[in-house]
Amino acid sequence: MRKWLLVVLSVFLAMSMALVGCGSTEESSTPAESGQQEGNSETETGSTGENEGQGGTMVFGRGADSKSLDPSQVTDGESLAVTKNIFDTLLDYKGQTTQVEPALATEWENSEDGLTWTFKLREGVKFHDGTDFNADAVVFNFERWMDPEHPYHQGNFPYYGYMFGGYKGDEGHIIEEVKKVDDYTVEFKLKRPLGPFLNNLAMSPFGIASPEAVKKYGDKFGENPVGTGPFVFKDWKKNDTITLEKNADYWMEGAPKLDRLIFKVIPDNSARLTALQSGEIDLMIGLNPDDVEAVESDSNLKLFKRPSMNVGYLAMNTEKEPFDNVQVRRAINMAINKQALIDAFYGGLGVPAKNPMPPSLWGYNDSIEDYEYNPEKAKELLAEAGYPNGFKTELWAMPNPRPYMPQPQKIAAAVQADLEKIGIDAEIITHEWTPYLEKTGKGEHTMAFLGWTGDNGDPDNFLYVLLDKDNAKGPDAGNIAFYKSDELHELLIQAQQLSDQAERAELYMQAQEIIHEDAPWVPLVHSTPPLAGKATIQDFAPHPTGSDKFTHVYFSE
Amino acid sequence: MWTYIARRLLMLIPVLFGMSLIVFSIIRAIPGDPARAILGEKASDEALAQLREELGLNEPWYIQYFHFLGDLMRGDLGVSIRTGAEIAEEIGPFLAATLELTFVAMLIAIFVGVNAGIIAAWKQATWFDYISMLIALIGVSMPVFWLGLMEQWVFAKELQLLPSTGRYNVREPIEVVTHFYVLDTIITGNWSGLWDVVKHLILPGIALGTIPMAIIARMTRSSMLEVMKQDYIRTARAKGLNEFWVNYKHALKNAFIPVLTVVGLQTGLLLGGAVLTETIFGWPGIGRYIYDAITYRDYPVIQSGILVVATIFVLINLIVDLLYAAVDPRINYK
Repeated sequence: MRKWLLVVLSVFLAMSMALVGCGSTEESSTPAESGQQEGNSETETGSTGENEGQGGTMVFGRGADSKSLDPSQVTDGESLAVTKNIFDTLLDYKGQTTQVEPALATEWENSEDGLTWTFKLREGVKFHDGTDFNADAVVFNFERWMDPEHPYHQGNFPYYGYMFGGYKGDEGHIIEEVKKVDDYTVEFKLKRPLGPFLNNLAMSPFGIASPEAVKKYGDKFGENPVGTGPFVFKDWKKNDTITLEKNADYWMEGAPKLDRLIFKVIPDNSARLTALQSGEIDLMIGLNPDDVEAVESDSNLKLFKRPSMNVGYLAMNTEKEPFDNVQVRRAINMAINKQALIDAFYGGLGVPAKNPMPPSLWGYNDSIEDYEYNPEKAKELLAEAGYPNGFKTELWAMPNPRPYMPQPQKIAAAVQADLEKIGIDAEIITHEWTPYLEKTGKGEHTMAFLGWTGDNGDPDNFLYVLLDKDNAKGPDAGNIAFYKSDELHELLIQAQQLSDQAERAELYMQAQEIIHEDAPWVPLVHSTPPLAGKATIQDFAPHPTGSDKFTHVYFSE
Repeated sequence: MWTYIARRLLMLIPVLFGMSLIVFSIIRAIPGDPARAILGEKASDEALAQLREELGLNEPWYIQYFHFLGDLMRGDLGVSIRTGAEIAEEIGPFLAATLELTFVAMLIAIFVGVNAGIIAAWKQATWFDYISMLIALIGVSMPVFWLGLMEQWVFAKELQLLPSTGRYNVREPIEVVTHFYVLDTIITGNWSGLWDVVKHLILPGIALGTIPMAIIARMTRSSMLEVMKQDYIRTARAKGLNEFWVNYKHALKNAFIPVLTVVGLQTGLLLGGAVLTETIFGWPGIGRYIYDAITYRDYPVIQSGILVVATIFVLINLIVDLLYAAVDPRINYK
């Protein structure tokens, strides 16, 4: 017995020594090898992109595949991230902001009453199939989206209905008519003014598709997308890769610089990072917060932070005791240590939230002072509210990570501990993701974690959707605090009907004050999701919406 | 034998019928509405109601079931409710990816497992026996995701010997014919592509093959030990036969039947159970396809996907049963 144990142990020892030996030789050989590999890829780049002096292939690693490449039919980020590069919109977002700038439309103006918008279109632009982009194409696209009777209104157009109040024939539908004035002028007639109108048009779901291609492919257009964008769709291997190639006739001078853009699915975050480190991919989203340090310390890699356009929050169901009491809600706001959450679970990549909308949006009220983290004071408030010994309640936590909350279960446990300090005994409840949304939408919870990622960069898209009384109705409430304030409602509706951004911003500032006072949520964090890429990537500026256009991106030597 | 095969194939019908009923009822029993799963946080009441209507989810379950069966009879696997894609069209490449990987994993598992088992039995109670059975024990209990991540770390990141993810180098696309990339590169004569595809198969193949390898090794060893006690082995030895032939020819033949059973079952398991390996290695296989469908409550994909896997499982077991006859002449199917 003892003898064979000895044998086993000595073999292990021998193996581990052999491994250590390998380790040291590995280290010495790795730099040479990787250097060689880089050399190879450089010569490759040089040969393919010789005429332009730039070029190369960018492989973008991500966690999941696209659903469809018809941007008007999807809501998922993984689809829009790809279509953003195949299609152009009338307007686009400027740099890393949510201000709009010209794209397929070069100029625009609004009538006095705010009901008529006139757009001048860019001339000489062609779709990837060689057909012309003009006023007819714009009219065709809008009619396809809005009119359920349109022959090519096949499938769902969720974002259209969502941003423009429904479809033709619906009571809430905002757009009366989209009209061609001449070949390169289009006019939109609205039924009532719509504050976020321009921001809406810049959203990637409203990418202008080739009418000929839509007619040709019908309900298979989502697998054969044709737009005017910087890259042309080439090939889609489901759950694996989507390959786009450079649009040599792109309307923007000298762009795009890359020859090919490939989106590759690698579901596991750690495996994706390994693929980046071994050179199989060039850029990745979904970096684990724990891996941020490894990327920062690697000279071959670079960390990119996506400006936040989201909010992770803890909603308190104001219809249920004791959360109908504003003192209790404020006490909970004081009990949670947000900075500690960011340091522990976001890898430091996030900012504490004091408002329901992120600071990257215009209209953000920075003069509001957040409730300070102060358990003692929180306890006093609770006592004043009539709960000197705290109470028992439930704390609902999401089952899976979301961009605004990378480690929901651990965050819930930390918040649970924070609450315990002021005498609140909270039991953590979890459901699978879909049932979780259903149950919170119906208001079955008392306290629940959730979050939101913005769509169009307009404050309305946060405040109205998440906190207006219009949306505090089951079974699919967006306002899961079921917070109903008439004062707030009036402000938000008024802001929806103005088109002057400065006036609107003023109203949203006031709205945030009211929300702060009433404290229906504990706004927790605006996360800045990290991306990692090769150090040679240039001019890549991740956009807060989560979809990036690779028009100007290139590799340096 | 042909009547036997025909009979077995006929038995597929009740098996698949039962299977479809079970799958159909289970996925409807779990909470979560597909419309909600598809629209996520951004769902409005109207959008949800409209989508439910379109997906036919408002109909009673038995009507939905008969629709599903009717479509199946016509060879129509249905349409994914999430993406709107034809499942019959979409599932082919996923199935090919998984079959290719499973084949390689089983090749590794059988080659290493059987040899390790034979030698361990042959050299019973020696250090080789102890070590290989210890490794086998570790192998059976090894978490696949951990093994996969370790492989990637060592062979892709540190040594830069093998690629860590995917089926081929996406920078050098290969021409697709059958979706079995090894075959495709051979057909098109793309030899550097073949080498690339083979390199991509090694790490996931090992990760996926480790558990079956360990099971096969243990099975082979115990089965061999059983057979080695029999009289005819003693006779063979008495005739002065080389110990190698005694083991690899005479003993193995009789010891192989239970091993074959394990091989068949394990192959079937790998087909549907490769989700973890497919996730870590970014392998676009059928396990992940079905798993994702479950997350999205994509009923048609779950139903049809599981039926396809079940069919292949049954077919593999049929092949295994037929192989019994090939290995052991005493077994004869009538």
